[in-house]
Amino acid sequence: MDMKRDYYEDIRFFTSGVTVFWFVVLIVFLSAFPFLVKNYYVYVANYMAINVIVAVGLNILVGYTGQISLGHAGFFAIGAYGTVTLMTSAHVPFLPALFLAAGTAAFFGFLLGLPALRLEGPYLAIVTLGFGLTVTQVIGKLDFFGGRQGLHAPDLVIGSWNLDTDREFYYLVMVITVVMVVAVRNIIKTRVGRAFIAIRDADIAAEAMGVNLVVFKTLAFALSAFCTGIAGGLYAFVLRFIEPEIFTLLMSIMFLAMVVVGGLGSIMGSITGACLLSWMDLQLRNILSFPHVGTWLESLSRMYFSITGVSNIQFILFGGIMIAIMLFEPLGIFGIWIRTKKYWKTWPF
Amino acid sequence: MPFFQVEALSISFGGLAALSDLSFSVEKGEIFAIIGPNGAGKTTLFNCINGIYRPGEGSIRFKGQSLVGMRPDRVARCGIARTFQNIELFSHMNTMENIMLGRHLHMKTGLFRGAFLWGKGSFAGKEERENRQKAEEIIDFLDLQSVRNAFVGALPYGTQKVVELARALATEPELLLLDEPCAGMNSEEKQDMIFWIKDIQDELGVTILLIEHDMNMVMDISDRILVINFGRQVTLGTPDAVQRHPEVIKAYLGEEAALEPHP
Ligand SMILES: Nc1ncnc2c1ncn2[C@@H]1O[C@H](COP(=O)(O)OP(=O)(O)O)[C@@H](O)[C@H]1O
Ligand SMILES: [Mg+2]
Repeated sequence: MDMKRDYYEDIRFFTSGVTVFWFVVLIVFLSAFPFLVKNYYVYVANYMAINVIVAVGLNILVGYTGQISLGHAGFFAIGAYGTVTLMTSAHVPFLPALFLAAGTAAFFGFLLGLPALRLEGPYLAIVTLGFGLTVTQVIGKLDFFGGRQGLHAPDLVIGSWNLDTDREFYYLVMVITVVMVVAVRNIIKTRVGRAFIAIRDADIAAEAMGVNLVVFKTLAFALSAFCTGIAGGLYAFVLRFIEPEIFTLLMSIMFLAMVVVGGLGSIMGSITGACLLSWMDLQLRNILSFPHVGTWLESLSRMYFSITGVSNIQFILFGGIMIAIMLFEPLGIFGIWIRTKKYWKTWPF
Repeated sequence: MPFFQVEALSISFGGLAALSDLSFSVEKGEIFAIIGPNGAGKTTLFNCINGIYRPGEGSIRFKGQSLVGMRPDRVARCGIARTFQNIELFSHMNTMENIMLGRHLHMKTGLFRGAFLWGKGSFAGKEERENRQKAEEIIDFLDLQSVRNAFVGALPYGTQKVVELARALATEPELLLLDEPCAGMNSEEKQDMIFWIKDIQDELGVTILLIEHDMNMVMDISDRILVINFGRQVTLGTPDAVQRHPEVIKAYLGEEAALEPHP
């Protein structure tokens, strides 16, 4: 081994010219994408990117710090409602409103992290689940937030730039997504991220090495909530109309499924999982109009369920996929990728 | 003022006294061994020192400062590091990252400076480089180069024990608590470990509290030995004096088997 190695190698973003190349390809592709496809796919990409932010944020908590949350729809709702009400009621410009709303989500994340200091596994799952349900209940009861009627998102203007099409919004979402993902990746690679992983693997040893569990567990919750809040704020402008019914327990479960399907503790995994499940979510919403499958399901549902049973079929599938992943490939897509890589390394020709 | 002092320490679990009225003090630079049969309360003593357990009574002072009631991370910041009897490594991290966690309390990068890891010159980049250099020195010192990038969960037991020692050393402790560092090691690994412990004392000037069942090793490297049983002191003194104590002879040294490692 060379004597004078550069220790920055271990954590650098671009480990080689090849990574630089792929990063450039990705950026070029993302920039050109809206010009290459129909408007609907721009909308799909926006939806995916927002879910990528959520999944990467939730992965900090679930994948890296080893905590659980069934309440992230609550942070998502705080981000969405916070951004919209700050803009309409307090006339705060979009970007500051987005960050203030995400900051509020982070504050609630911190509060939710406090019981996590004492609770584990199923108990924590119940507390976070309760949090998510409470948020939607409270919002639904307050006139200020439009109650059950919901709220319309105002026009999205940054400076003198009026983002009134999906394509324009796409660029805003992509810039924020790339910045957030890179920031989270950097955090994970440095001191804070190491402390998170240490807490997951052996919290007693982490504490004995000087990691303040109170600070870092609540920080993991707050950071995760912040990401989700940002995503929620953006989502309000994808829908342009928000109501409490959107931010359900099923949404929290879908977020969790993205992280689990992609692979716990892998940023690439979270990105893949989020894209895959977002796509499935959008597709399966229209499952009744699929050829053959749709009509078959419809008759099945007429016989055995109510007609609304079929409209939520994506969640049944997500649940099934999560169970299958946990049974057969606990590391998710990331685990499959690692094993394939190994396989190809030993490929003889 | 003694460097490290335990006075009238007692702790019990549901009526069972794990430690009762234990008192001793340790000089700076000493290797101070604690021996006794399984269940004697040795690990419990370490857990009281580093703040995992809160003793029922008594005091623990390090350089005059009371440690009782302090959280483990605060104790670590005072300059006390430890290893665990049942290995507590971060099994999904590699050796380097495990040791880097030992550098945690010497580093400052938080969320913001971490997020803006923009090249070598950034605060986080600089701090990472400097501390990785320090970690690398420990890797060299403990001969861990070959497993530098290996996930520690998959390493052999003996190597994992060395990684734990490396991680504890990375905190730059003044007082190091070693809980059965040689347990489960083969004789070659044991020799290395003994050599390193002596080196840590001589070259780094670290004071060491050592729990170990291997009597040959304990007699060889300890400056003083505390013998406990049922949470109470049996005797305390130099290896020579302790070896002559009737109860110690009865328990450890009377029979041939005594010189073999304790199960
Ligand atoms: N957390 C605990 N809860 C209940 N009993 C404990 C706990 N920790 C230690 N003990 C008891 O204290 C006694 C001393 O244990 P320990 O310190 O681990 O012994 P050793 O000298 O072998 O390290 C044992 O009887 C053990 O069962
Ligand atoms: Mg023990």
